[in-house]
Amino acid sequence: MKDILLPVAHVFALVMMVFSATMLAPLVLAVWSLDPALSSFVISAFATFFLGALLWLATRRFKRELKTRDGLMLVALTWVALPAVAGFPLWNYLPINYTDAYFEAASGLTTTGGTVLSGLEFLPRSINLWRHLLSWLGGMGIIVLAVAILPMLGVGGMQIYRAEMPGPMKDTKLTPRIGQTAKLLWAVYAGLTAACIICLKFAGMDWFDAVCHGFSALALGGFSTYDASIGHFNSLPIEMVLTFFSILAALNFATHYLAWRERGVFAYFRDAEAKAIFGVLIVSCIGVAVFLYLKGSYPDFSTSLRHTTFNLVSIATDSGLHTQDYSRWPIFAPMWMMFLSCIVCSSGSTGGGIKMIRTLVLAKQAHRELNQLVHPNMVRPLKVGGSIIANRVVFAVLAFVFLYFMSIVTLVFLQLASGLDFMTAFSSIIACINNAGPGQGLVGPGSNYGVLNNFQTWVCSAAMLLGRLEVFTILVLFTPTLWRK
Amino acid sequence: MKIIILGAGQVGRTAAYHLSREEANDVTVVDQNEETLRELQDRLDIRTVNGNAASPRVLEAAGIASTDILVALSNSDEVNMLACQIAWTLYRTPKKIARVRSADYTEREGLFGESRVAVDVWISPEQLVTEYVARLIRYPGALQVLDFADGRVRLVGIRALQGGPLVGQELRTLREHIPSADARVAAIYRSGKSIKPEGTTVIEDGDEVFFLAARENIRAVMKEMRREEAPARRVVIAGGGNIGFRLASELEDKNQVKLIERDSKRARRVSEQLRRTTVLLGDAADEELLLEENIDSVDIFAALTNSEEANILSAMLAKRLGAHKVMALINKPSYAELIESGSIDVAISPQTVTIGSLLAHVRRGDVVRVHSLRRGAAEALEVVVHGDADSSKVIGRRIEDISLPEGTTLGAVVRGEDVIIAHHDTTVQPDDHLILFLTDRRHIEAVEKLFQGSASFL
Repeated sequence: MKDILLPVAHVFALVMMVFSATMLAPLVLAVWSLDPALSSFVISAFATFFLGALLWLATRRFKRELKTRDGLMLVALTWVALPAVAGFPLWNYLPINYTDAYFEAASGLTTTGGTVLSGLEFLPRSINLWRHLLSWLGGMGIIVLAVAILPMLGVGGMQIYRAEMPGPMKDTKLTPRIGQTAKLLWAVYAGLTAACIICLKFAGMDWFDAVCHGFSALALGGFSTYDASIGHFNSLPIEMVLTFFSILAALNFATHYLAWRERGVFAYFRDAEAKAIFGVLIVSCIGVAVFLYLKGSYPDFSTSLRHTTFNLVSIATDSGLHTQDYSRWPIFAPMWMMFLSCIVCSSGSTGGGIKMIRTLVLAKQAHRELNQLVHPNMVRPLKVGGSIIANRVVFAVLAFVFLYFMSIVTLVFLQLASGLDFMTAFSSIIACINNAGPGQGLVGPGSNYGVLNNFQTWVCSAAMLLGRLEVFTILVLFTPTLWRK
Repeated sequence: MKIIILGAGQVGRTAAYHLSREEANDVTVVDQNEETLRELQDRLDIRTVNGNAASPRVLEAAGIASTDILVALSNSDEVNMLACQIAWTLYRTPKKIARVRSADYTEREGLFGESRVAVDVWISPEQLVTEYVARLIRYPGALQVLDFADGRVRLVGIRALQGGPLVGQELRTLREHIPSADARVAAIYRSGKSIKPEGTTVIEDGDEVFFLAARENIRAVMKEMRREEAPARRVVIAGGGNIGFRLASELEDKNQVKLIERDSKRARRVSEQLRRTTVLLGDAADEELLLEENIDSVDIFAALTNSEEANILSAMLAKRLGAHKVMALINKPSYAELIESGSIDVAISPQTVTIGSLLAHVRRGDVVRVHSLRRGAAEALEVVVHGDADSSKVIGRRIEDISLPEGTTLGAVVRGEDVIIAHHDTTVQPDDHLILFLTDRRHIEAVEKLFQGSASFL
């Protein structure tokens, strides 16, 4: 075990040292605005860097080229351990225990956006910036960032890239070099974020809120600087900007790159996932808006459409920003939104859940099985968007969905055993594993995860990590063969 | 440099490996077998595209529009030539290299060219391997014989053995031993590790020595390293495939050649085309057959079939039955390492032989020949220097004043027709061909920079 863990720890130490540099952003802001969290960031940044350096020196002897299993281990280790480090400034400054600090940091990095904090508008700006920055870094992926900036991760880079990138088909690269691909993806991501921030500023936010919510929107994070989330602004332009960018973030970033390179939108129409996402969102928005209007939740249809669109898109794309306490809507609406949160996001996006491509593969596979019953001799490959999906991928999708549902079942039972009511237990796990954010019941948009006890919070943290790394990467840690020589 | 490799066969995979490990290259591999591609992408930092190599659509998906070099290495000559033609016609790809095996194409004057079939460079791995084996047979005792400057200078790898006059002596005594012939030891490997060759270095029994010398002096130098072996007369070739057949036709005039082929149809065809070779129908690993053909008096047994396992086994068997020296064609580098320490005398790696001719085209600066050595860890280069004393970092300087990267030896200078073995006071002149030996390939970039000249010249 030592031979497996220590070489990975050596690379992880490097990731940690790079990560400590990200703490400089809130630190600089704290210096500039003279806020009281300054010392927490100074301590945390130095502690992270020195811990990393120490680990690096201590494991220097074990340096070697990373193999496939090391890649999996590195990604899992990074995602489990970084929240522990990232939560440090929060724990140091805020009156919360370590469980909550870990949850908050994990919620940021996994882009879940559920929070344990209240009175967000009264927090020092540096703390809020840190929360949103975590979301943003986790959105495209810390490992993808590391692959982009650390050339040494070259060949092994593909392995770890695959362990972190969401979606079932990860062999397509934008460029021959994995480092180059990672750089491009981050460039697209950063470019869209900058565009979103500027739009938000024009829509009426101040620069600080625009930056924070821009990070949230593109990462599909869901953190806000206000307890009432976007409801605080009560502004249609802001809602429109955020909805637009949330949908962009829920699409495959490789598609964005292609569209940018071709200077046209045709790339989106060639992308089967994008088409399905648009279809599902448009039908759902109109359907739920009509439903809410008929049920009398809102006096007129346009108000109903406005609130439905923002909140439904936000939850469906696993962002989690909200303007209304939608848990008070008739139960069909929030449950439908929760269902969408499981399937809507595209592979290669910053969102969570099963991903649209897997949903399409499963639907086509079910269709194929039905046809096979009628025509036993039929030969038909499984096609999505015109390209053939190999059976190997179909099996992987089936295995993924099974593990995904079993994870939900297991975690929900743990929450129930700890004494939560069914709606809270179920919705908290669904919201966490999809990295969506707010759930229903006690953890609905009107409240937050602060009401959970320590055990329940840890279960939620575990659900978030499982969801972000698409179950396999975490579960593989529990397979004995990984640890055997 | 952006490179597309067509075909992920043995040669294609090796090329992808060698080219992609150089940071400056972006490699895309095209093949029809998805499994092979996936496995390749797991190991190398490259992009793969699944499809027919000669289809414009597939080439486009592989990024042909912005590609600098197209290397067509698929199994089919026709696909390779067509792919190059399409790349040139539609996309004006600057450099197109194709694997063309059939002599019918390669021997035809005026077939290839800009307004003809658009192949800039053709390589035939079978031809290269055949020449390589033929050189080895010509110099018994050598592990490797590599040509530079059209064969005027050769780099020879040899295992020093007790009995050679120079073994146990310091290198600088070489001149006293053979005053008439000049040579330069470029590298010494002792139990797998490289030792810097200096005047005071003592050659030990079992060292692998690489030296550079003019063609006519090679035998004299080899004699210093190990007792001279009689030139080979009786040669048995196992496998009548492309390589076996070519080798037989090259050797049959001077040597007594027997060729063993398993397939009766192939044996018939080969026998029709060869004049003096005895073609035998049978299994090369058949003890009876080998004994019947007096294997114990054979000078060289070369196992050159398509199956490397069969080559290893039949070569080992031939050695045990008394063949003087056995060679085997082996693709897997790990096998080659295993057996060269065992009972097989020479392992021939077709990829290593072939890859050099590709590498010469991706090197910056005017590199005319590259030989990959020691399974890609070392490299020997022939570089042409251009410019004058102002624009170049090497021209007009004595060799001792040129700051070569670590592990790099400048072994010889070819000036026009003359071969000058490099000494510390040799001065480099414009248009000299320099022969360099790098024990560590990773310094290649520094070497490229050194010989590229300054930007103003480019």
